[in-house]
Amino acid sequence: MSNGLAPRLRRPSGYWLYLIPIFIGFLAVVGIPFGTNVYFSLFRWKGGAAPMRWNGLDNYVTLFADVEFWTSLRNSIFMVIAIVVIPTIIGLLLAALLTETIGRRFGPRIASFLRATYYLPQILPIAVAGFMWSWILDPSNGAINTFLQSVGAKGPDWLGNPDLAIYAVMLMLIWLQIGYPLVIFMAALSRVDPELYEAAALDGAGKWRQFRAISVPTIRPEIFIVVLTATVAALKVFAPILILTGGGPEGSTVVPSYYAYRNFFELSQVGYGSAISTVMALVIFAIAALMLWWQRRQEAQ
Amino acid sequence: MSTTQTREKVSFTPKPAHNRAQRRTPSEWVLLAVAVIAGIAIFAPFGLIILNAFKSTQDYSSNGPLSWPTSFSVDAFVNYLGRVNFGQAFWNSVIISLLVAAIAVVLSLMSAYPLGVGRVKANGIVLAVLLVATMLPHEALIYPLFYGAQATGTFNTVWSVIIVFSVLQAAYGTYLLASVMGAIPKELIEAAQLDGASRWQILWKVLVPILRPSLAVLVVFFFIWTWNEFYIPVVLLADQSSQTIPIALATLRGQHNIDITVLNAGSLLSLLPTLVFFLLFQRTLVRGVAAGAVK
Repeated sequence: MSNGLAPRLRRPSGYWLYLIPIFIGFLAVVGIPFGTNVYFSLFRWKGGAAPMRWNGLDNYVTLFADVEFWTSLRNSIFMVIAIVVIPTIIGLLLAALLTETIGRRFGPRIASFLRATYYLPQILPIAVAGFMWSWILDPSNGAINTFLQSVGAKGPDWLGNPDLAIYAVMLMLIWLQIGYPLVIFMAALSRVDPELYEAAALDGAGKWRQFRAISVPTIRPEIFIVVLTATVAALKVFAPILILTGGGPEGSTVVPSYYAYRNFFELSQVGYGSAISTVMALVIFAIAALMLWWQRRQEAQ
Repeated sequence: MSTTQTREKVSFTPKPAHNRAQRRTPSEWVLLAVAVIAGIAIFAPFGLIILNAFKSTQDYSSNGPLSWPTSFSVDAFVNYLGRVNFGQAFWNSVIISLLVAAIAVVLSLMSAYPLGVGRVKANGIVLAVLLVATMLPHEALIYPLFYGAQATGTFNTVWSVIIVFSVLQAAYGTYLLASVMGAIPKELIEAAQLDGASRWQILWKVLVPILRPSLAVLVVFFFIWTWNEFYIPVVLLADQSSQTIPIALATLRGQHNIDITVLNAGSLLSLLPTLVFFLLFQRTLVRGVAAGAVK
């Protein structure tokens, strides 16, 4: 019986059947909707039953000259700093601190307890996190300004000041993000043989030297993954902006995804919103592809 | 699971006993203080929510957000539950998250099978396409999805969200499971084939037991991610009867005549389920994040 069945089983073609469900799902939820989104971007359309007027590439031409769109792209750089750059650096330092010093010298329990605390914001519904922070940052009865008042200082209107709001948003995003790189780096650091550190210490290398020469090189693959996924996430940031500032004040915190949302659901410019989100998708693909290509090249060397 | 667990343990095992018995240096105490202060700073917003959820409105308005409650009050909770159909929202969230976790895991398992074990041609293309699905901004899908949901009569029902997230989460799950399956020794599968097992039987009777730890990680992740989702549910679940817990909280926030204490109580209730889930599966989760990265 086994002889009769085995050859049939080895036919690779039969495996294709298992891809049918995801293939259908992908078409229904990603493929066709994204194609339709690109199609919509070629029209002037208020949405719903309103007439669709062919617009060719005009939406894209308008987009290119749209100051608000360029502001939103510039703000994406702030998002990358708040979600990629700062949390990755702090995450690296804290992970090394927890594994090397605290885990080893004060016991693993304290280290895992602190790790869980840092990770806590990551499991929070973003609607809750957004509410928490808009209240903490509230100018009149928020926690920060109440505290400043009690020590005799007058706190600013964090989210209401166009020069300040983006930094207030960044503060929340850093708080939200830190646990992610930390947890990954801590797991990765467990690969390091403790004797390496001992040998380095005997050779007179201090903590900082050990961190630079042993910890960081060992977890390079994880650092890359964190930077890649966090960059994609930073370019997609939406909910924190909607909840904290609504893109304001004076458009100072608008990001591309929020700008698309506004065009879809508030300004009834569906064609234009589709053009924005299409460009956004292309920018994300381009940046991710570039990073992956760069990583491959590094590995090859 | 066991291998990762041991690895984790080994990493935290204090090095040779003498090391720990040695006097801790002042600089080490300073480093500990830094880590603890960072922990307190990250926990502080949660503490504030708890502190103010149990205050009465008068207490909050006269003593501000930083003071200790003058008396223990659950009025804010009662008020919140009176404004939001919490039972309904809770039920919607549970149904959506559970079904998405279950469907997405089965879907990931099935699509990872030909990629990881079968090594079908065009392996790379399929994985690249799925990677695209995980990177696409939801904005680039939302308007057509909104129309599709209306056309299929699933708008304002939990089903629209269940279908969308099952596929989106499965795209990630396939990616992860395909690489885990790729590492399973070929001989194991060949032996089962010689014993006369069909492909379907091999998947469920040979692979699933081996993959159980990875599957558990995926279930936990899919559940929490789906529970916390915001953008797609806020568009597709406009009606109160179909809203999830986070969406109910967000819509309530828009009302002007609402007390901060009530919002604090609502926030606490909204984060409690994920918090409980997190405490129960903390190790699984942490291992999962790591597994996802190492891939």
